[in-house]
Amino acid sequence: MIKFLLNDTVTEVQSSSPSLTILEWLRTTTGKKGTKEGCATGDCGACTLLIGEEITNNKGETHWHYKTLNSCLMLLGNAHGKHIITVEAVALTKYPELGDLHPVQRAMVECHGSQCGFCTPGIIMSLLALYINNETYPGKTAAIHALGGNLCRCTGYNPILKAAEKAFEYDRAEEPWSAMAIKFKESLLSEPQENALPYLEDNQRKFYLPQTVSQLVELTATYPEASIVAGGTDFAIELSQHLLKPEVVISVSQTSELTQFSEKDGQFEIGAAVPYCDFVDALCTTYPESKELFERLGSTQVRNSGTLGGSLGNASPIGDPAPLLIALNATMDLQSVKGTRTIKVEDFFTGYRQTVLAADEVIAKISIPKRSESLKLACHKVSKRFEDDISTVCLILAVEHANNVITSARFALGGMAAIPARAPKMEAQLIGGRLDTKTFMKAGAVVEKDFSPMSDVRASANYRLITTQNLMQRIGYEFSQAIPVNNITTPSARISHASL
Amino acid sequence: MRHFEMDKLQARGGSVGKSKHHESAIKQVCGKANYVDDFAEPAGCLHGYPVLAPVAAGFITSIDTKEAESLKGVVRIFSAKDVPGKIDIGPVFPGDILLTDHEIEYFHQPVLFVVADSYDTARKAARLVKINCEETEAVLDIHEAIEKQNWVRPPHSLQRGDADSAIKSAKHQISGELSVGGQEHFYLEGQVAMTQLNEDGGIFVQSSSQHPTEVQHLVAKILKKPFNFVTVEMRRMGGGFGGKETQAAPWACLAALATYHLESPVKVRLARADDFRLTGKRHPFYNHYTAGFDENGLIEGVHIEVNGNCGYSPDLSDAIVDRAMFHADNAYYYPAAKIVGNRCKLNTVSHTAFRGFGGPQGMIMAELIMDDVAAKLGQDPLTIRKANLYRPGRDVTPYHQKVEQHVLAGMIETLEKDAQYWERKEAIKAFNKTSPFVKKGLAMTPVKFGISFTVQHLNQAGALIHIYSDGSIHLNHGGTEMGQGLNTKVAQIVAHAFGVDFETVGVTATRTDKVPNTSPTAASSGTDLNGMAALNAANTIKDRLIEFVASHFEVEAESVEFNDNKIIHAKGEMSFAELAELAYMKRISLSSTGYYATPKIHYDRAKAEGRPFFYYSHGVALSEVEIDILTGENTVTRADILHDVGNSLNPALDIGQIEGAFIQGMGWLTTEELQWKDSGELASSGPATYKIPAIGDTPTEFNVSLFDSANPETSVFRSKAVGEPPFMLGFSVWSAIRNAISSLADYKYAPDLNTPATPETVLNAVVATKQWAADNLGANEDTQDEGVSHV
Ligand SMILES: Cc1cc2nc3c(=O)[nH]c(=O)nc-3n(C[C@H](O)[C@H](O)[C@H](O)COP(=O)(O)OP(=O)(O)OC[C@H]3O[C@@H](n4cnc5c(N)ncnc54)[C@H](O)[C@@H]3O)c2cc1C
Ligand code: FES
Ligand code: FES
Repeated sequence: MIKFLLNDTVTEVQSSSPSLTILEWLRTTTGKKGTKEGCATGDCGACTLLIGEEITNNKGETHWHYKTLNSCLMLLGNAHGKHIITVEAVALTKYPELGDLHPVQRAMVECHGSQCGFCTPGIIMSLLALYINNETYPGKTAAIHALGGNLCRCTGYNPILKAAEKAFEYDRAEEPWSAMAIKFKESLLSEPQENALPYLEDNQRKFYLPQTVSQLVELTATYPEASIVAGGTDFAIELSQHLLKPEVVISVSQTSELTQFSEKDGQFEIGAAVPYCDFVDALCTTYPESKELFERLGSTQVRNSGTLGGSLGNASPIGDPAPLLIALNATMDLQSVKGTRTIKVEDFFTGYRQTVLAADEVIAKISIPKRSESLKLACHKVSKRFEDDISTVCLILAVEHANNVITSARFALGGMAAIPARAPKMEAQLIGGRLDTKTFMKAGAVVEKDFSPMSDVRASANYRLITTQNLMQRIGYEFSQAIPVNNITTPSARISHASL
Repeated sequence: MRHFEMDKLQARGGSVGKSKHHESAIKQVCGKANYVDDFAEPAGCLHGYPVLAPVAAGFITSIDTKEAESLKGVVRIFSAKDVPGKIDIGPVFPGDILLTDHEIEYFHQPVLFVVADSYDTARKAARLVKINCEETEAVLDIHEAIEKQNWVRPPHSLQRGDADSAIKSAKHQISGELSVGGQEHFYLEGQVAMTQLNEDGGIFVQSSSQHPTEVQHLVAKILKKPFNFVTVEMRRMGGGFGGKETQAAPWACLAALATYHLESPVKVRLARADDFRLTGKRHPFYNHYTAGFDENGLIEGVHIEVNGNCGYSPDLSDAIVDRAMFHADNAYYYPAAKIVGNRCKLNTVSHTAFRGFGGPQGMIMAELIMDDVAAKLGQDPLTIRKANLYRPGRDVTPYHQKVEQHVLAGMIETLEKDAQYWERKEAIKAFNKTSPFVKKGLAMTPVKFGISFTVQHLNQAGALIHIYSDGSIHLNHGGTEMGQGLNTKVAQIVAHAFGVDFETVGVTATRTDKVPNTSPTAASSGTDLNGMAALNAANTIKDRLIEFVASHFEVEAESVEFNDNKIIHAKGEMSFAELAELAYMKRISLSSTGYYATPKIHYDRAKAEGRPFFYYSHGVALSEVEIDILTGENTVTRADILHDVGNSLNPALDIGQIEGAFIQGMGWLTTEELQWKDSGELASSGPATYKIPAIGDTPTEFNVSLFDSANPETSVFRSKAVGEPPFMLGFSVWSAIRNAISSLADYKYAPDLNTPATPETVLNAVVATKQWAADNLGANEDTQDEGVSHV
């Protein structure tokens, strides 16, 4: 059985398909149809809802934190112990007039932020998260980040941006939900036995939510053919697009050992099931160069549930984290009942969507070594659209140098081959070279020795090659500071422009 | 006519001209606005899903449904044989086949229809059907279609004067070509319909459609029943944009077919990827031109050919390519013009209506010509645009309609000043000289868009108004609400007519049994037509009430006024509700229909002459962009818009339409790229690969103003249509990107820039421009960044 709080109602579910998403569940079994399906692939945000979960800070204090998720990507089973808030619960009266609306709703009405209204419930939920998590208007950049995963085809977004600001101008609305959640959690804790291993079943089909890694590896040993899921942002797309009906689904999303994150002496250990939103800020303090990469990975909703374990486990050649982890020489722990082995991330991929992971193994954690003092890091993502788009090319270059002579180079690219791959020929060109534009352009010139990329729906092979070369030139300028950096205006200028 | 006088009524504090919020806004923000998929399903509701063809062209040799049929929950699989009436659901011309049993004409064409007890099962079963075919050669390239003269409809041309000799005798000649990309509507609510039997044996259809009447007719025709057998209801759509004008009908027809045979309610909802694959899009075009002009850049003659990729069937393509031709002048006078339009047949889904209806694909040629002429003469493009505008004496279009309202010159002048075109242009030039990788561009483009359906009989509408005896008003009209605020505006018009509060008027779902024989809500005409019909209905009742008040209170009819929820006459006043009650007691009819047909319009297609448009809407946009010449990435940093909506019925809704249309136009021209595989299968089949603008793409600075001027024609309260015209303001973005790239050749070269201008397309244009500069401007063209090279 799983148990969660749906708005103000404690909800128990035991028999349900293991692959049911919250969106399907809401729309087909609860009669709550305010949450819309616009794509079922995480791209439009019409299905956005809030998920509340209990967070413990490093002093051991707990509080309930609410964040947005795409309900078309989240499996029902993963809701165990959480608080789901849907659009129906935002206004506190049944037949509200303008004055009875929540400030985010009222602002949307007053700014004319809805036209056809189909995107609107999702926009309301993203605005609500922005509102709950900020006492005052956090600025346009934050608003754009909060809403980057919500598409609207009608308004052109201007009124929605205005509404984001205006919501903070009314009297502040109380947040009534965490009080309900605290009560719910108490009741959940009072029945520890029942919740030792939450599950769902539908005839022979099963969903398991192991709470400990030993439960987890036991399960993967018993069901080696089972599907593993973490945040579900890749997995749920397999379900909705390929209509898969897995017999057994094992979710790592609440396995306590896999949800730990730590930073010690500059070394990062990131549990495979830690969502991006919980480690990116800390990581970017040490690696600020990667900030744009993470800010542009999917949308806020995707980053609130997606994990490194999922990204690597999915083994897509166009995932953004893998090139970064390879360039930073990260390792990963693979665990099964037989024990744990540690391998380099770059050795994990063996072919298009193929990895060394054994059927009964899970990715337990990812470790990033301490940053070397002379490390220079460049991260570039090129895509058709700035927000929420998959990379055409993702390029990560990490070099170390002594007296401006390059001593080591780790150059990893996504989108250029069947797997996220290093560029040995270009690296060789760099090593021993001076840290100047010429060196990088020379390395760029041999890109074709390392890669023969594909032409696909995102771009042609030629574009990928030229862009890689041109980016090497930019990196040369950046690293050698041949031109003042603000004169180069990297693409990240786009988002700052958009939010001036 | 008194009801066209805006000022007087406004002075009385009426509803028209106020920024009322959308009639459903509160429901929408609470998740309580229902769309077809949200209505409670009737007991026993089944779900249907189409089975799709596996090739782009060929003939079906055999079909194996065994595996699908054995799936638990599958109820029945329908084929063409099960259709008792017409199988062809072409809206104007034949050619759109509901289910094909023989010839396949596009990849994913529906072949069968699976009905099952759940959505998942129906979808799954549809994929288990095996269709074997004999493949034939598919035409997937528009150039091949042109060469083979593969048309869905015969070519048409417009001619004024002798274009070819005018071009020849002009001082300068220039020519160019352009591939214009298509566009997926991506209405957020996908195609959906639900059907059930009503008590009297007929079929009740709920469909997310811009054209309920056509759905009604087609359902009746496929079932071989009279139109009154079918009732269609449509409360609201989650976006339409033209994509639910004809494209909503097949799903309603399929559901109705199953309901008819199975006597069960049936729902059809397309998953997003299938919505992309199975429904028509904005037509991609391939166009070219030759123009002759004088030393000042004044056009003397043009020859433009537009070729629309219509897909496999005519659908609405005849009128769409016509509109492209009608707009190949945009706002500019061509003393001599020849404009040819071809309707190319390709093996893809049949392309269809999309905001602008072909207009944008034609109009872009005019903007291409202006930029090309400017580059050729080394002049500022805005100067060239201004010189060529229609003005008195130079005011006849290639289809011989006289342009009578000349506001664009003034609008351009205003925006030029307010948004500091010339100062910014200089600043940008200076910036580009020193910025190595990022270049800025600036462009101002006008829009002149003809309003009316070019198919004359569609320019009519009906409405129905009831006043209940408590004074509350029920309004119904033939238009459909898809977010544009039609219901809000029409309710404002009716409230205004009766001098009552907006809230007094309730609008209900569009239904074919309330207002019959309606036109699609399209061509921006929703308010013009339905607003006028509703006003006429209101005035019919109002006249009755005035007559009644005059005789009952023995006052002059002229003294009776409706204002402030009251009726005021020479001897006193009473509330509107009291009047309604009194009129009811005195047996005065409080219900009326209203009807409207647009006057003045006509077009003789054989002669290619006439007045197809009642009036023109205008707009001007100035966009500033940045491009990255290393990657081709681009962004709009500022947009300023001045747009003509006549007397605005609702400024907030009008601005909403303008902003939304501009962003949609910008998306069409930049990030939204449709791609087909060599097999003819759509490659960009979902939002993961097809990128519409996201929130960060909204220009940082985005100023929209309404141009304050009454429509010279007698439209409803002298307002103007607003749905489509601002879409084409997006050209300013495309032109600004070209301008930014041109800076690499000292603005002496205007690079080819096919649309959409994706990073890849822009980078290619950058490379070509640098090459041109190297060849034509000598070695020192690149001094500011000698290091920058491109493969
Ligand atoms: C709209 C959208 C936009 C996106 N944009 C980007 C983007 O810009 N850049 C990018 O890189 N990615 C993007 N993604 C992809 C995706 O979000 C990430 O790859 C994410 O990190 C996947 O994590 P998850 O926890 O959701 O994975 P899940 O979907 O839960 O799992 C993915 C796969 O990994 C396996 N797996 C998960 N955890 C483990 C484990 N611990 N051990 C073994 N196997 C495991 C699963 O079996 C499954 O096959 C996007 C996705 C969506 C839906
Ligand atoms: S339905 Fe589009 S993101 Fe979930
Ligand atoms: S209001 Fe229609 S999609 Fe946003």
